[in-house]
Amino acid sequence: MSSLSSKIQDVFNEPGCGKNQGKSEKERKKGCTKQLQPGGAAGGCAFDGAKIALQPVTDVAHLVHGPIACEGNSWDNRGSKSSGSNLWRTGFTTDINETDVVFGGEKRLFNSIKEIIEKYDPPAVFVYQTCVPAMIGDDIEAVCKAASKKFGKPVVPVNSPGFVGPKNLGNKLAGEAILDHVIGTEEPEYTTPYDINIIGEYNLSGELWQVKPLLDELGIRILCCISGDAKYRDLASSHRARAAMMVCSKSMINIARKMEERYGIPFFEGSFYGIGDTSEALREISRLLIERGAPAELMDRTEALIAREEARAWAGIESYKKRLTGKKVLLITGGVKSWSVVAALQEAGMEVVGTSVKKSTKEDKERIKELMGEDAHMIDDMTPREMYRMLKEAKADIMLSGGRSQFVALKAKMPWLDINQERHHAYMGYVGMVELVKEIDKALYNPVWEQVRRRAPWEETTWEDVADSAIAAETAALAADPALAREKRRSTLICNCKSMARGIIEDAIVEHGLTSAEAVSEKTLAGTGCGGCKGKLDKILKTQDHWHPAAGEAAPRSQEAA
Amino acid sequence: MATVITPKKACAVNPLKMSQPIGSALAFMGIKNCMPLFHGSQGCTSFGLVLFVRHFKEAIPLQTTAMSEVATVLGGFENVEQAVLTIASRQKPSIIGISSTGVTETKGDDVEGFIKLIREKHPELDHIALVYVSTPDFKDAFQDGWAKTVTRLIEQLVDPMPLDAERLPNRVNLLPGAHLTPGDIDELRDVLEAFGLEVLVLPDLSGSLDGHIPDDFTPTTLGGISLEEIAGLGRSAHTVAVGEQMRSAAIALEAKTGVPYTLFDRLTGLEPNDRFIGLCAKLSGRPVPLKIRRQRGQLVDAMLDGHFHFGGKKIALGAEPDLLWALSQWATELGAEVKAAVTTTASPLLEHIPAKEVLIGDLEDLEARAAGCDLLMTHSHGRQAAERLKIPFYRIGIPMFDRLGAAHQTIVGYRGTRDLVFEIANLFIANGHEPRPDTWALPKEEGHAGTTAIAAH
Ligand code: SF4
Repeated sequence: MSSLSSKIQDVFNEPGCGKNQGKSEKERKKGCTKQLQPGGAAGGCAFDGAKIALQPVTDVAHLVHGPIACEGNSWDNRGSKSSGSNLWRTGFTTDINETDVVFGGEKRLFNSIKEIIEKYDPPAVFVYQTCVPAMIGDDIEAVCKAASKKFGKPVVPVNSPGFVGPKNLGNKLAGEAILDHVIGTEEPEYTTPYDINIIGEYNLSGELWQVKPLLDELGIRILCCISGDAKYRDLASSHRARAAMMVCSKSMINIARKMEERYGIPFFEGSFYGIGDTSEALREISRLLIERGAPAELMDRTEALIAREEARAWAGIESYKKRLTGKKVLLITGGVKSWSVVAALQEAGMEVVGTSVKKSTKEDKERIKELMGEDAHMIDDMTPREMYRMLKEAKADIMLSGGRSQFVALKAKMPWLDINQERHHAYMGYVGMVELVKEIDKALYNPVWEQVRRRAPWEETTWEDVADSAIAAETAALAADPALAREKRRSTLICNCKSMARGIIEDAIVEHGLTSAEAVSEKTLAGTGCGGCKGKLDKILKTQDHWHPAAGEAAPRSQEAA
Repeated sequence: MATVITPKKACAVNPLKMSQPIGSALAFMGIKNCMPLFHGSQGCTSFGLVLFVRHFKEAIPLQTTAMSEVATVLGGFENVEQAVLTIASRQKPSIIGISSTGVTETKGDDVEGFIKLIREKHPELDHIALVYVSTPDFKDAFQDGWAKTVTRLIEQLVDPMPLDAERLPNRVNLLPGAHLTPGDIDELRDVLEAFGLEVLVLPDLSGSLDGHIPDDFTPTTLGGISLEEIAGLGRSAHTVAVGEQMRSAAIALEAKTGVPYTLFDRLTGLEPNDRFIGLCAKLSGRPVPLKIRRQRGQLVDAMLDGHFHFGGKKIALGAEPDLLWALSQWATELGAEVKAAVTTTASPLLEHIPAKEVLIGDLEDLEARAAGCDLLMTHSHGRQAAERLKIPFYRIGIPMFDRLGAAHQTIVGYRGTRDLVFEIANLFIANGHEPRPDTWALPKEEGHAGTTAIAAH
């Protein structure tokens, strides 16, 4: 385990991660790992994250070493698409039993690798560690090494047992595994000055193929997409790319950075979500390639393509404008991709509720990103009734969010569109954005809403009435009882990572006369987890006249400050 | 009579099995105002949650003690305590159902001991029932976790009754196995109610995971059987258990309250339903209602119409023991042959399954044996195998994530059996091969090609 813990430390020290750079030495030691709250946690484990990151490699056998829970409950459940082999969708697991737990599972693991190679002959086997074998001390790195030697095939240990942390840590540990064992171990058949890597893209719903034709037209070759629709050989020879683009919320920043360090491949962080972002990404790719020696005319061709495709996309959206103008979208997400779509929604005439953004400048984007980040946290922690209340108060016509809020939206009979990982539609590139607007239109104008919202003729009270009256009663109770309102305000969770309620933060501000979010973090630990609540801390500081005891506890508007 | 085989391979490929903690959690989801809680790392919970969300297409209540690496080494008392406190204050459930996982079982956490300590430290939680079930991932399977949980619920929550206690003559307990869908439970309730019998179902997924618009939003389970109802199970006149897995629960209930039970190894097919209806008539003292008589007639007719298409058909089945039992008996009774049968865990029924052999194995085993079959029946994960084998595929069991309506698929009772006969017969019909000029071509004589062809037969 010691090599694993040093790996984890290494990942936490990632200098490419802006969030980490802002942290003190001590904070960084603690890493991005959210302190999970028993009874109040959600989300996958590090193993899940590692599997998400690498499973899109299509021709590899992905073998999970552990009890049936880890693979049996989850296999073949991801939306990545493959243009070739389907081996990645085969579930391999050692399914260890009681005897293995007592005597160790290494032998079973070795034999499993042997069986897989004999039966399926993949170019490589990736072996994923899970909690139970990690606890009993199974050394998967040693087993992989021995198997690799014995069978003359790469057998790659992915040492990311679930309990070391959350999904995003697993993403990074998976990155380390392929950096250590795969990347740079083979050479490409040939290279061109137009070879790039795309890092952190998983080809969910085949969305990579919404962008690939653009690159194809420009003569730019995706040497390897890490890891969407990748083949083992592409991955092993990806170190010969001329430039790289990193997508998807830094989940694989360590790969991008270390490939720059080791192989001199410059990278930029970009996104193919949204029209503007897609154009920007294409420009950036061309710019980097030209910097690395590709002919300068590439940029002219890129600009021509951008102009043509942008016009086509806007024209595509234009046709929905009449129907969508003035409609309100409530945009909430657990991912950070959705801010890219704001511009397109606005272009279609829609109003995005919850943000006050007119034009999507870079700074605006940052702000939306922050806002959404916070809201996403809120959503995780909301009871369904609170979510219903929010939907109602936003007076939105449609909600765009991640999977978890789907059922509340639908039960609230609110049109809903999935924009997170498990979604079934591809929304990348220019065509993707038009697709998104089309989907919104379809959802909004489906005649089903009118029917399902009608109450049954014999029904006197619907659940909406019940919920509404409960909400009204709650509000009235709070208004009538300032002490209760105060209690309610003070018990609101501000920092999810550290489970810090507002009361503790208020007390610290009062007691120590704190004036900055940083100072609050220092004193209370709030904001030292993922950092997503910094905005809330600022707001608490800025609205002191609403709640500060010295400002007069009478101010009944204190609720607004929450 | 089947030989039961456990293949000697090291690596499971394309698992059929799911872990027992999630079976346990699903059982808890049939209790009203319950919060199921896994004692383990958060990932195990997340996988279980996603699986059920994709199957039922509903919000699923399931929490975790969020054991970190360090906590697993030190032991999980604090995590269990904290989780219980957090859930008590946030979701305010009447019961927290705790299932262990591989991680905490490997460490050997004494959760019963933890609960005792929590009870001592926190009298303010006395109004919340805490039920713990030991369900290590590396043992047994989904239906075992379900069955153990129901037994625990009975042992812990049912009020004991003297053997000669007075009972409610018109009330019946129903203990459904994990393979019964909310739709199945509804069907059985309909039948019992048609006899004027009142039914308590433990666990009752029909109110909680049947996909309805709720009366109110709750963060815990919706619907389900209440704790008061569970406590009073001993006042019922009789218990009906469905599926061999429920035997120990039925026995536990009888031992504690004296309520006699009848166990139906299955309720798919004509004969077992005749027995069931006979029991209903006896318990209620009423004649069989016209509606049920008509349903029986319809099933008989469906079987007559359907048998043309079932006769001689070869079927490959992958399911947990009780579902496998029900389907294999039913298909055989219609003239089909169970050519391949794979299951997940041990059961006394396996050796009686009408097939040459029954494997405790995975979908790779099933696929290898299903070549040349006319139908594959298993959960959604069989889709890849069916595609490769190019044979019709009928999804049944959990998980069913790539089709809608999993909760309403009904295969019990006369009606459920009738509909299943139609669905499968229609699959056979749709897949019927049109004759072509070379369909009856004479075997080729020359060369080794002919010899191989004959050898292959
Ligand atoms: S937390 Fe550990 S045991 Fe649970 S699913 Fe993740 S790797 Fe498997």
